This record gives sequence, C-alpha cells and structure tokens, in this order.
Amino acid sequence: MKFRRASIIPGFGLTLGFTIFYLSLVVLVPLSATFFEASKVGWHQFWHLVMTPRALAAYGLSFGASLIGAALNFVLGTLVAWVLVRYSFPFKRVLDSLVDLPFALPTAVAGIALTTLYAKTGWFGAPLASAGIHVAFTRLGIVVALTFVGLPFVVRTVQPVLEDLDKELEEAAASLGAGRWQTFTRVVYPAIFPAAVTGFALAFARGVGEYGSVIFIAGNMPMRTEIAPLLIVTKLEEYDYAGATSIAVVMLVISFVFLLAINALQRWSSRREGHDVREAPALRPAFGLEV
Amino acid sequence: MVVIGESALVRRLLIGVSVLFLGAFLMAPLAVVFAVAFGQGVAAYFASFRDPDTLAAVRLTLLAAAIAVPSNLTFGVAAAWAIGKFEFWGKSFLISLIDLPFSVSPVVAGLTYVLLFGAQGVLGPWLTSHNLHVIFAVPGIVLATIFVTFPFIARELLPLMAAQGNDEEEAAITLGASGWQTFLKVTLPNVKWALLYGVILCNARAMGEFGAVSVVSGHIRGLTDTMPLQIEVLYNDYQFVPAFAVASLLALLALVTLVVKSAVEWRAGKLRSQLA
Repeated sequence: MKFRRASIIPGFGLTLGFTIFYLSLVVLVPLSATFFEASKVGWHQFWHLVMTPRALAAYGLSFGASLIGAALNFVLGTLVAWVLVRYSFPFKRVLDSLVDLPFALPTAVAGIALTTLYAKTGWFGAPLASAGIHVAFTRLGIVVALTFVGLPFVVRTVQPVLEDLDKELEEAAASLGAGRWQTFTRVVYPAIFPAAVTGFALAFARGVGEYGSVIFIAGNMPMRTEIAPLLIVTKLEEYDYAGATSIAVVMLVISFVFLLAINALQRWSSRREGHDVREAPALRPAFGLEV
Repeated sequence: MVVIGESALVRRLLIGVSVLFLGAFLMAPLAVVFAVAFGQGVAAYFASFRDPDTLAAVRLTLLAAAIAVPSNLTFGVAAAWAIGKFEFWGKSFLISLIDLPFSVSPVVAGLTYVLLFGAQGVLGPWLTSHNLHVIFAVPGIVLATIFVTFPFIARELLPLMAAQGNDEEEAAITLGASGWQTFLKVTLPNVKWALLYGVILCNARAMGEFGAVSVVSGHIRGLTDTMPLQIEVLYNDYQFVPAFAVASLLALLALVTLVVKSAVEWRAGKLRSQLA
C-alpha cells in the first residue's frame, strides 16, 4: 500500500511536515509529559489517589451535572432546531445567530453573568428563592452553567439534517393517514436522532471538562459542589502534583474515549444521512460555517 | 395535495417555548453583563478602565492573542493544504489528533504545561539553570492560549478546501504557476471568508480563555493576569462594576464574532443561490 496517492499539486511534504511538527510540539509532547509524570507515581499509589472519596464525588458531580445538562439540551435543542428550520417569526435570524453565543462568549464572563442572574437578589434568583428554589452555589447552578455551555451543540448538529430532510416523506406519511405527531415520531425523529445523539455527546464531553463558567456559580464545597477540573486546580495550588496529575490522567482517558465515541457517532450519523462515510464525518466542522 | 404542518396553536406553543429557553439562557446572561457594567452610570463604567492592573491585563491579552492567532493561522493553512488537497494513509487519524484540544479540559491543558515547564517539571531544572521562566510568566500564558485555540482555523478551512476539490489548482499548476502562486491566486480567494471567520473565532477564544491560562498564570496582578483572570480577581473583590465592564468588552467581541459568522454564511448562501 502506498503512503499517498500521486498528485501534481506541490507542497505535500512541507505542509504535512509542518503540521505534524507543530501538532507534536503544542499538543502531543505536553500530553505525553502528563502520562510520563503519572507513570512515576506507580500503580498502587495512582489507584489510591484517583479513588479517594473526594475525587469520586467530583467525578460523579461532573458526570451527573453534564448528563442532565446534555439531556436538557437534547430535548430543547431539538425543539429549537425544529422551530428555527420550520417556522418563521420575528427576529428569527437574530435568535439563530445567538445560538452560537456560548461558543464565543468567554467562560468567565458566562460564569459571572449566570451567577448574578441566579443569586438571591438576581433577576431569576429572587423569584426562584421566594419559591424555595436555590440555584446559585448549589448543584442546580452547575447544571444551569453546563446547560448554557452545551446549548449550541444539539441545535447545530440537528439543524442541517432537518434542512436537508425531504418534505415529501412527511407528505407521504400524511397522505397515508398518519397524524402529525405520528409522522414526527416515525418519519422525522428517526432521521434526526443520530445527529441529536452526536450533539448530546458533544455537549456532554464539553460539560465534563468545563471549568470557567462553573466555578463562579458552584459554591465549590468539597464532596458537594466541587467539580473534577476544580479538584485538579485545588491539588495544584496545594503543590500536590502527583494528585493533580493522576486525576488529570483520568480526565484525559475519559476525553479520549469521548473523542472515539463522537467520531463513531458522526460516522453513523452521516451514513444515516447518506453521505460518503469515508469523507464526511471527520471533515465536517464541529462548530463551523454552513457553507 | 396533502397539507402538512402543525396547527397555529401548536406552532405558537413551540415557538414560545424555544424563545423562552433561548431568552433565559442566552439573552438574559448577555443583558445582565451590560446591565451591571452600566449599573452605576457611564462615568463609573469608563472609570473601570483607569485601573493600571486592568490595563495591564488588556495589554497581556492582546499580546497573547497577537502571538497565538498568527501561529495557529500558519498551522491551520498548512494542515488544511496537506489534509484537504492530498489523499494519504492515516488522514482521519491525523484529523482526530487535531481535534484533541477540543475534548481536553482546559484545566488539564494548563496542567500539562506546568508538568513540562514548571519548577518540578520535566524541563524545569534546565529552564531554571538558564534563568528562563515559562510557568507563572508570559510564555506559559501564550503556550496555553495556543493549545486551547489550536484546532479552530484548521477546522474552518479543512472541510471547505476538501469540498472544493483540486481541479482549479491542477489547472493552475499545469499552466505553469508555482505552488505558492497557486495558493495565493487560486486557493486563497476561494476560502478567504472561511479563513476570516476562523481567525476571528480563534481570536475571540484566545482572548477569552480562562481555565488553561488560570493554571499557568500564577495570578500575579499587573503581570500575569489576562482579561478573564482580571474579571475573576475583580469579581471576587466584590468590584462588580469594573468586573462586568471588562466582561462587557469580551461580550462585545463575542457578538462581533457572531455577526461575522452570520455575514459570512449569508454571503455563502447568496453565492450558492446565484450558482443554482
């Protein structure tokens, strides 16, 4: 098997060489340093460091809150995508553009804005507090922050699939006597489901690693409202490098698993849409332009 | 002819729920930034930018972005050329590696640089003996920013360059153009809008990065605090107007990014309908 297909276009060696060099320098070498440092800790000690009750509580919280946030976005994101594609209403284009806001707004800005909104004196916090619901500095606040951070993903994965969906399929279903809801669950939903699951996975993965928007609203109490990335920062500030590195390795392994799962999901999703499986999934931008 | 669609009531209900959701989760946070920033008047807002630490933070953020964005631009163009224009073995694996910084927690990204360049790190003793400071200094902040914004420009260019195929470039080469001429005169005009959006998105993320930079910065006021870190410092000091005033600058940058994205997409849509 030849390494590459012949082409008259020049510059392959130079650009690929630079790509691999820069990738190694910026990403691969630093990441390997983390695994190298963790390997110095030794298996027994490593296991002990990553399985402390405090660390387990932090993983549980990061996963649980991300899962709830991603699930909320799965339902509401699909709804928003539907409304943006199928209906017209005033300021639709503005709302459509605004969906990308969590992707462009710095996490620290999102963090202080959400905390101010949901604090006891805030626009949302005051009425919620009088109803006995406390959001800021509780686990609920973490869910709110992670819902914000994950908002664009499901909308942006489902939207193009809905736009491409042939309306004749729905007309056929309707002419065969299906109700609107039946048409949705039997015809539309199966078509958009793989894309929605991909968006869910992207939102979930983003939530597990999220730091900036969460730490302001979380309260950051060990065992209760301390997310896993914050635990790494805390360990680092205590000069506990072995502890920080070990938990970071756990997070890195989880990220790699997510990356593989998301690639597989995108492959599945584009196969369902009938694209070329080899080309489409990896080359489609995760948050890119619709061009 | 079968009429499909929902009743007006259902339609309004679905639009209502969506607008409510987006209003609560997107518009309210954006509005509250400006409401607090201008809460004590325009004078108080502008007074926030007279703090020397805040000005130092703005300068450091501009410096970090001024190094990170061109670096990632060079990488992005090279990667898009190599991956988009050629078929070779291991291509999709390479794309997955380029995506890696998307899925790594920013805190872990910062930590990897501490482990490499910190006093206790792999290269720490060598750096110390040569009196070089990376962690808790500006180079670390630049490196962390480069890591976090690494895939953006490559990711915007790649799909477009791959989709456009090689026909035009092959024609140019056959007619005697050099590789560099082909890139400047043929490829670049085709991808310039995606490139512009990639650069602006990369810049917005570079200026707004918090987690990774927070780990490597050491929070030395006036020296290693970037704008997002200065926001944290001010907010934790209960200086809400200055904190939100700095935040409003980054929020404006985010809005500009969204406007550019819409404009580029609108242009692309118009071109497509002209072709059709």
